Amino acid sequence: MLSKAIPWMRLSIGSFLLFSASVKADWEVNMTPGVTEVSQQVYDLHMIIFWICVAIGAVVFGIMFWSIFAHRKSLGVKPATFHESTLVEIIWTAVPFAILIGMAIPATSALIDAYDTAESEVDIKITGYQWKWHYDYLEEGVGFFSNLSTPADEINNLATKNENYLLEVDEPLVVPINKKIRFLVTANDVIHSWWVPEIAVKKDAIPGFVNEAWTIIPTPGIYRGQCAELCGKDHGFMPIVVEAKTQADYDVWLVDRKEAAAKERELRDKVWTLEGLMERGEKVYATNCAACHNADGSGIPPAFPALKGSAIATGPIEDHIKIVLDGKPGTYMAAFGPQLSPVELAAVITYERNAWGNSKGDFIQPIDIANMQAAE
Amino acid sequence: MSAVLESHGHDHHGPAKGLMRWVYTTNHKDIGTLYLWFSFIMFLVGGSMAMVIRAELFEPGLQIVQPEFFNQMTTMHGLIMVFGAVMPAFVGLANWLIPMMIGAPDMALPRMNNLSFWILPFAFALLLSTLFMDGGAPNFGWTFYAPLSTTYAPSTVTYFIFGVHIMGASSIMGAINIIATILNLRTPQMTLMKMPLFVWTWLITAYLLIAVMPVLAGVVTMMLMDIHFGTSFFSAAGGGDPVLFQHVFWFFGHPEVYIMILPAFGIVSQIIPTFSRKRLFGYTSMVYATSSIAFLSFIVWAHHMFTVGLPLAGELFFMYATMLIAVPTGVKVFNWVATMFKGAMTFETPMLFAVSFVVLFTIGGFSGLMLAIAPVDFQYHDTYFVVAHFHYVLVPGAIFGIFAAVYYWLPKWCGNMYDEKLGKLHFWLSFVGMNLTFFPMHFVGLAGMPRRIPDYALQFADFNQIASVGAFIFGATQWLFLFIVIKAIRNGKKATPEVWDNPEGLEWTIPSPAPYHTFTTPPDVK
Amino acid sequence: MAEQQPNTNKPIKPFKLLGVVFGMFCFGFALVPLYDVICDVTGLNGKTGARYEVSEALEVDETRWVTVQFTTSNNADMPWEFVPTDVVLKVRPGEINETFFTAKNTTGQRMTAQAVPSVAPFYAAEYLHKTECFCFNQQVLEAGESIEMPLRFFVDAEIPERVSKLTLSYTLFNLPEVAANSL
Repeated sequence: MLSKAIPWMRLSIGSFLLFSASVKADWEVNMTPGVTEVSQQVYDLHMIIFWICVAIGAVVFGIMFWSIFAHRKSLGVKPATFHESTLVEIIWTAVPFAILIGMAIPATSALIDAYDTAESEVDIKITGYQWKWHYDYLEEGVGFFSNLSTPADEINNLATKNENYLLEVDEPLVVPINKKIRFLVTANDVIHSWWVPEIAVKKDAIPGFVNEAWTIIPTPGIYRGQCAELCGKDHGFMPIVVEAKTQADYDVWLVDRKEAAAKERELRDKVWTLEGLMERGEKVYATNCAACHNADGSGIPPAFPALKGSAIATGPIEDHIKIVLDGKPGTYMAAFGPQLSPVELAAVITYERNAWGNSKGDFIQPIDIANMQAAE
Repeated sequence: MSAVLESHGHDHHGPAKGLMRWVYTTNHKDIGTLYLWFSFIMFLVGGSMAMVIRAELFEPGLQIVQPEFFNQMTTMHGLIMVFGAVMPAFVGLANWLIPMMIGAPDMALPRMNNLSFWILPFAFALLLSTLFMDGGAPNFGWTFYAPLSTTYAPSTVTYFIFGVHIMGASSIMGAINIIATILNLRTPQMTLMKMPLFVWTWLITAYLLIAVMPVLAGVVTMMLMDIHFGTSFFSAAGGGDPVLFQHVFWFFGHPEVYIMILPAFGIVSQIIPTFSRKRLFGYTSMVYATSSIAFLSFIVWAHHMFTVGLPLAGELFFMYATMLIAVPTGVKVFNWVATMFKGAMTFETPMLFAVSFVVLFTIGGFSGLMLAIAPVDFQYHDTYFVVAHFHYVLVPGAIFGIFAAVYYWLPKWCGNMYDEKLGKLHFWLSFVGMNLTFFPMHFVGLAGMPRRIPDYALQFADFNQIASVGAFIFGATQWLFLFIVIKAIRNGKKATPEVWDNPEGLEWTIPSPAPYHTFTTPPDVK
Repeated sequence: MAEQQPNTNKPIKPFKLLGVVFGMFCFGFALVPLYDVICDVTGLNGKTGARYEVSEALEVDETRWVTVQFTTSNNADMPWEFVPTDVVLKVRPGEINETFFTAKNTTGQRMTAQAVPSVAPFYAAEYLHKTECFCFNQQVLEAGESIEMPLRFFVDAEIPERVSKLTLSYTLFNLPEVAANSL
């Protein structure tokens, strides 16, 4: 009988633990110790300071609450008359001062460690954009954007939110474990900040300047973070996902990425149909344009004009191409020429000209875009 | 009319009649009243914005407002609370109380006093009107970092800059007035070390104001020049640096937060002795501690910038200096507790607010100490842990200090007692609401929730919901406060000159309500 | 009635306080050059200096290599192609090296650009000397025009041992007002 019950017991205990684990995460009250040596150091420091504060609070509030209880007029007590004591003032100045010195020592050591970016093995440039991240593996020639991949329907309460709501991206930052990784953090437009709690790295991304940070991740896994500096309307919608893989898996990923880049270049040279461009274009639009121009092309005027029925999307294709490639300085419309491949550019422009009833019927080939960009 | 002996015979008139009285008044009591009512209106306006924020954050997902508008709400909430509610309230208290406390007939510069007030409604009308302009209100956070606030700002940023200049001018003029009053008009026997602590803290605050408000004026002028006149203070393209903005802003910004708390320290230092029936412990030490805090406040600004990429030596310096501020602050807390200890306490509403100030402000101080530890700040910076910290020092700090002051001195101002039961109710609802709102923010901040986001990952949902409920309770309760004040003014029980049980201070030697002109002849001080 | 007591007030003229106000306003603006001076002297924010004039023969340190990485970024309103010829170079401290960056104006009109350098780690910035750099001047390119821009630099032999790798990053900014004025 019992042997029959065991699988059921395993299942129910297992699911209970799983359930309570996810429920527990909801009521999380503390910082994560993370997965790196630095993050553990930071966590330990945090806990030490916290307990010191609790202890001081317990003593001070204890005395205070005792006083509130015992030194009330309603109990008939007569107030004392003492109102100064130099000795006492000296003591309660010196003791906190000494406690602070005690705190400063491990704090200094942890900070010095966090600043030591030398001898890195992998260097990755991270660029904050409004509102996505770009990762560039210096010396590997691999670079890509990383966009929020949570569907708009979930954000607008039209679909159930998934477990990684607002913390998922289309292309995570993939890194090898046990290698010292140096991050070079900068920004394309305004100040952003790259933060992954589980590796205790937070560095501001400042346009025109490069900041440094580093980490060594010992455990394969997925680590999620968010932008930590107000950067405009979608500041809350540009998360970070770091995927740490074993060296072998990382090497395979790197090769795949380089091949994908080569394939994209091949795709550029072939002849595309309208349908093919529309299909690709819809995806590109959803990732890169919908945040401002909306999935239905209605935009958020005046800052983000509508594309549905717009003069540009239904007018001469040359003007449309120009504004997508070069952007419109002085507005939120960035130059997408440097950001997207010729295939993506051709596809999204085609999509915008034919979706939502725009139905221009015209389209452009990726090779033409590439030639425009290369033309003398 | 008044039982007070002073009478300078010739033109003893009461206040002018009609609404124009308020426009032309140079009387410190009238101007104090104007500041206080203005700040309360601003408190409700800023508070409504907080209600919008908390309503949106009640659940994950975007339900009520879009991210662009949400950013306007967070920005305006901060600006209005800092510059429209807290600062004017303290100036209002200064106006009402300082002359009475030092035995002076009025402020040193009464006409400038009038101007200082009246430019404020203009400035805030301008700022609030941007909500209805094309492009929307300022949306770059109350800390308005460049280039989000320069190159990428909505066109209303220029009105914002203009408004900040006006508010700054108001604060500077007010501060000059306060310094001149305190240093020139004390009754002759009142040496500096005999002044009430509220006067001391305001003297020090006023010096902080004239030192740093001009720097704020400088930084917004630089912004204006970058936006309209082609300069590159904050743009790398022209050889500038966005981080320069942060340095100059926080050079103002850090002393600013001490400007927002020092007067509350003074208030609490007046109230606790009265209700403990015991003199303030360590008066001299309190003066020195407040001065140390003010001095140190100038050399800690970059602790707001620990993730910006400061050099190691700089980061360490600012960490040490920031930790150091805990020492004089702790000294003050210990002195308040020592004042209560072995006293004979009663817990009327002012005392309730004052005591909870000591406890809750200290909690805010603890989270501040944690934030000072730079390597750990990498995990706290720009998260809700910071939001929890500053709301603990500002709400049960500055705001409760102001509530305590109003309950304590309102009978002196209007001659009637407030309803004690209702006052206690306001206190308890505010206390519960405040803690329910902001305590959970420590948790979600530590768990990884960033600031200034309109929507969040699912694991932050439960505490956010609690916080929103707390906020609604706190917000609703402030209407009760309005009711209590109006009820007291209109038909509260008559108050005696002393109002409380043997309180110290010149203001308790004159009738309640205080006559329109008081201390026209300098009083004796023992 | 108060008796005649010596007045304990030490009067202050409000006018003097206005002086403080004015002084602090000027101080705010003085922070701008002060910030630059401190950054220049210490190289603290990764900004490299102006053209380096080599006054005497440089001694090359043959005992060590320093890896110099090159990377480029475009600022938001800058659509040009902008790439380094060399992504990484191993150099000897004290030895002058040359590398190139290609920029191409892919738009249909003349534009003016400014390249802004930044060095990581920032404490290495003061040891990176540029004798020739396109970042010293603004670049004007006609529509479709491309240019190969040289960078001549050396790593100071005094560079601390702990710096074995540094990254020189250029961000390219669009200067629309300059372009507009130059037409």
